[in-house]
This record gives sequence, structure tokens and C-alpha cells, in this order.
Amino acid sequence: MKFFRKAADSLLLLEIMKGMMLTLKYMFKKKVTINYPYEKGPLSPRFRGEHALRRYSNGEERCIACKLCEAICPAQAITIEAEVRDDGSRRTTRYDIDMTKCIYCGFCEEACPVDAIVEGPNFEYATLTHEELYYNKEKLLSNGDRWEKELAERLNADAPYR
Amino acid sequence: MDSFLYDYIIPGAKIVGYILLIIVPLLIAVAYLTYAERKVIAAMQMRKGPNVTGPLGLLQPIADAVKLIFKETIIPSKSNAAAFLIAPMITFVLALAGWAVIPFDKNMVLADINVGVLYLFALSSLGVYGVIIAGWASNSKYPFLGAIRSAAQMVSYEVAIGFVIITVLLVVGSLNLTEIVLAQKNIWFVIPLFPMFIIFFISVLAETNRHPFDLPEAESELVAGFNVEYSSMPFAMFFLGEYANMILMSGMTTILFLGGWLPPLDILPFNLVPGIVWFALKIAFLLFCFLWVRASIPRYRYDQLMHLGWKVFLPFSLFWVVLTSAVLVYFDLLPIKG
Repeated sequence: MKFFRKAADSLLLLEIMKGMMLTLKYMFKKKVTINYPYEKGPLSPRFRGEHALRRYSNGEERCIACKLCEAICPAQAITIEAEVRDDGSRRTTRYDIDMTKCIYCGFCEEACPVDAIVEGPNFEYATLTHEELYYNKEKLLSNGDRWEKELAERLNADAPYR
Repeated sequence: MDSFLYDYIIPGAKIVGYILLIIVPLLIAVAYLTYAERKVIAAMQMRKGPNVTGPLGLLQPIADAVKLIFKETIIPSKSNAAAFLIAPMITFVLALAGWAVIPFDKNMVLADINVGVLYLFALSSLGVYGVIIAGWASNSKYPFLGAIRSAAQMVSYEVAIGFVIITVLLVVGSLNLTEIVLAQKNIWFVIPLFPMFIIFFISVLAETNRHPFDLPEAESELVAGFNVEYSSMPFAMFFLGEYANMILMSGMTTILFLGGWLPPLDILPFNLVPGIVWFALKIAFLLFCFLWVRASIPRYRYDQLMHLGWKVFLPFSLFWVVLTSAVLVYFDLLPIKG
């Protein structure tokens, strides 16, 4: 009996027909594609994308040049130089991130005592040249200004778990 | 001078016109077959497929063609340039030449020759030369292995195809494709000869190097097989040749088993539709099966492929030839002409 069953299976291509019917069934199922540049998937508030340097609401930059981010950065992508400003506060003169070295681990944002350096929700910043990915302070601050609303929301949403 | 004009130039121009009438729609069909392939497989994998270039992505084949035309034709320095460039042309020309004998409708055929089936069979056998010349002329390892695989595979499956054709010929009693179609007026051969139809379809998959028998270009092991070294238009010609061959072989299957241009039932709503539409629909159905099989079945291992060709299909089709002829003789159904 088993022999006949096996013979029937292979002679009548039963298993192949079963497989083909399955693919035919799937052909009419709802498609799962997200039509990327026009539709986007949801992002967690912890998503680690492009970096930004934030400011206080009065416009003062948050970074106090403690260099904790530079110290913890496992890829040594961050370079900071600092001096004392005329009003006596300590601020950075240089804050560079090599985005091609960065491994997007998020340690800088964890280390920061004043929530100055953060990784934002933006991941669409591909460039044509390598040089454009050497971010300086100006670029990071402008990122901060551009994304501040989202950045504040994300920090707020994640605050209970920190 | 006048007689020269009437004897040669006007009939010649007429034939060129007919050829264009066949080839231009065929090339458009080939372009949209690649589109259909991507859409059908995408749907079976619950994806969307090309949908950006033009409405529903309908301009995608044109974009692909333009891209290929503007690419650089790379001829490897160690290759045999002449043979390297001739190979894709052979594949492409053979895939187009077969259409000369295909009857699209009653009396709608370029060359109504009496050995139409043999002509098609010969052309599909010659197809192996394009691949094997490409593999040899590339002077590179992967193409060579791909070409050898292709040669062995096509030869093996041609045996089975030959027996299937013989069975049909026994029933029809003619090698003329139009007569083969007309012989199916009462019943399509797919019904009495169903096992042969399946064998023929599977062998055609192997003959056109399609999944699951696409070992000559198995990308997981041979990179791209015989067309590794090809780029730009020569590559496009291989591509067009492969797809034109798929359409040609579907046409051949339609003529041999699915009653060519005949409507499924010779009753009122069906026989109003022109025959060429029925022919195109049947070809489209078979092409869908090609794509469907590709989306469903993983690639065969090479020894399994050979096993299937020589130890399953050959004896099985031989048995059916004997059985069919026995039935024909016993019930005195042999179609004896003249």
C-alpha cells in the first residue's frame, strides 16, 4: 500500500501540485510591501539614527564639553576641543563626528549628562561623497534645530525606562 | 525589368512586411514577459514588484532595455571575440526563426511547410550552439561549466521531447503544424495524451533552461553560468533569446496539445473570438505556468536532473509511444493519408 502511495505521489506529481497550489493561493493574498519612499514603517523612540546636538529653549547649546561621549565612543568617531568662553562657561570650539566611523551604538547619547548629543529618527542622509559625512559642530547643531520637536518627543517617550 | 519587379522585389517586400508583423509584436511580448515574470513572482511572494516606472511600472521593460543599450559592451581580452559576439546572435536568431512556421490562425502562417514540427525541433536543438559557443568563447571557468551543463541537459531532454512529438504525429498522421491543429477539432490532444503533455511541458522547461532546470545559469553555484562575461547588448540578446524561446516553446505546446487557434468549444460565444486571440491566450496561460513553476519549485541538483531525463522520462515516454501506437492499431484509428 505504501509503495502504491509513493508511486502515485511521484507519478501524479501530487506533492508538486500541492506546492504550486500554495503559491497560487499566496498570489492573491494581501501584499506586505511597504512602498518605501512613499510609505514608511514605524520607528521606536529608541531608534538610533543621525546625530544631533540640542539646545536649551533659550537658544543656549546644551553641550558642556565634558568629553564623556568622546571617551566612551567605541569607534573613536568623536573629536572634541573646548575652551572657556568669555562669560566663564565651558563650551566646545570643535565637535566633530565621523559618521563613517560611527557604529550607531548610542553610547554617546547614554553618556551625555545634559542630553546634548542624541541620535535622532533620521536615517535618510546618504551623501555622494565620503567628506560630506564628516559632521562638524555647525552641522550637528543645525540637525538639532531641525529635529528638535521629534527629539524632545522621543526623549519624553523613553524617559520612564531610563 | 518589370517582371523582375513583380517576381522578386514585391514578394520580397511582402515577406519582409510579414516578418516585421510577427517580430515586432513578439519583441514587445518578450519585453512584457519579463515584466509579467517580475509581477507574478512578486505577487506569489506577497511583494508588489516593479511599480515605479510609469503607471503600475509598465515602462519598466523599456527602462531596462534602454539601460542595457547604453552600457559598455565588454569583450574579455582572453576571449575569442568573433565567437563571443556570434553566440548571443545565434540564440536570438534561432528563437525568432522558429516563428516562421507557427500558424497563428487558419492560413495565418508565414511558411506553411510540410515538416513544420521537424523544423521547430531542429531549431530548438540548434539552440544549444549559442550557449555552448558562448561558454567556450568566454574562455572562463563558470561560463564553460554552464555551457557543458546546458549542452548535456538539452540533449537529454530532447530525447523525451522527440518521443512526445512522435506520439502526436502518430495520432495526426502529418508533420504540418496546421494539420496538427485541425486534427484537434473534436478533442484537444491534452485530454487523450495528458501524461505526454506533462512530460512535454517539463521537458520544455529543461529545454529552455528555465526553473527548476536552470542549472546552466545557476546563480548560487555558477554565478550566472554561460553569460557571466556578457554585458550590454550581447547580454540583452541572450535574455531576449531565452524569453523568445519560452514563448516559442509555449506556442509549440499550444499547437501540439492545446488545439492552437481553436476555441475550447465550437459554440457561439467562443467561436466569435478570432483564432489568434485564442492562440495568444493559450500561450499566455502556458507562460504563466512557466513563471508559476519558477516561483514554486527549487532548482534541481544536476544528477537528479539527469536521472529524471534518462531514467524516468525516456522510458515513460517510450512506453507511451508504444501504448499509443498499439491503441491506434488495435482500434484501427491510424490516420492513413492518400
